[in-house]
Amino acid sequence: MGGDPAGDINHDQHDFALWEKRVDALMVLASSAGLMNTDSLRRVLEDMGEEAYETMTYYERWIASVSQNMVEAGAFSTAELAEKMAQVKTRGATYGDAT
Amino acid sequence: MKVRVHNHWPPGHIRTPSYLRGKIGEIEREIGLFNNPEQNAYRLLPQKRHLVRVRFTMEEIWGDAAETPDDVIEAEIYAHWLEPA
Amino acid sequence: MPHDNHDHGALSPSGHPYRKDDDNELNYWQMMEIAVRELLIEKGHITAAQVHNQINAMDARSPANGAKVVAHAWSDPEFKSALLADAGQASRDMGFDIGPMHLIAIENTESVHNIVVCTLCSCYPRNLLGLPPDWYKSRAYRSRIVIEPRKVLSEFGVEIAQDVQIRVHDSTADMRYIILPAQPAQTMSLSEDELAYWVTRDSMIGVGLPQAPK
Repeated sequence: MGGDPAGDINHDQHDFALWEKRVDALMVLASSAGLMNTDSLRRVLEDMGEEAYETMTYYERWIASVSQNMVEAGAFSTAELAEKMAQVKTRGATYGDAT
Repeated sequence: MKVRVHNHWPPGHIRTPSYLRGKIGEIEREIGLFNNPEQNAYRLLPQKRHLVRVRFTMEEIWGDAAETPDDVIEAEIYAHWLEPA
Repeated sequence: MPHDNHDHGALSPSGHPYRKDDDNELNYWQMMEIAVRELLIEKGHITAAQVHNQINAMDARSPANGAKVVAHAWSDPEFKSALLADAGQASRDMGFDIGPMHLIAIENTESVHNIVVCTLCSCYPRNLLGLPPDWYKSRAYRSRIVIEPRKVLSEFGVEIAQDVQIRVHDSTADMRYIILPAQPAQTMSLSEDELAYWVTRDSMIGVGLPQAPK
């Protein structure tokens, strides 16, 4: 990464959405609960590869990493996650409806 | 004390940046013992490893491409990635 | 502080554009966040109150905290020494709850200008300064600051003289860094509270300099 060719630095700054703050909180709390740690967060992020960087935002990558970490830790199964996500989807069309 | 970063290129989770591998620097300060991130990342019970801050000149890292040869980079490197130089 | 603007298409209370939020179509990753959070709560690993409190705790952390630490260091030489020796403890002594964060303060002087980066990810002293700016997490900053720091600084509007050495600190492991900027000459007569006002977030990362009254 360091020294790789790169273009202009974008100075735009946006406020964080509620769901992003929640992702951040989940990472901290899951780590405190012993289910993951900063290194395992980073390892999963790195293993996602370049494409994830191109196609996903920062906190999208983070929730993907937290989620995989939780499955690895045995906190819940992939099947449970799938079922829950399907249920969430039925609650409404917007984040506000579903949360 | 002069140290060289191992010119090793293993797969997996590493906290030694690529741009510093094989480079020679000076120890700036010892920081203490911390959980080995290479184990922690895989949820293995980590061993404690010595962490060291190492100072490298831009010239050492980038050679002729250095913007200002005497500017420096300081990074935290785990001692098991260092050898005497 | 700008007034709250009730038109959600415009600006948030802090003056920044809103991110896509509650009114937008629920996407896959948002569904995942809700699902992960609810599962962790149902399984008893975390509680909803903890999520709420953690968000509030992070919201309360901002560059203003760092500015107070810097202003105190400028006003109190003993504190400055303590800060440079153990910035984590010094911050806690000032009453800031930085959790388990390991913090190192690095001083700018007449002959050295310091800059912080995390080339490997986006490590930042968040438990003191709050969440990092988007540009700090960008690949462009992380890759360019270690090879052309002076050029990047000039894009941030900062010119560093050739006889001043630049030190770029790559927070590769467990340490987090805060730069202690040099106190501007024009601020020497100000009180500590007044001083804090002039310390910018960017000056504590090293891509800016503290402001000063004209």
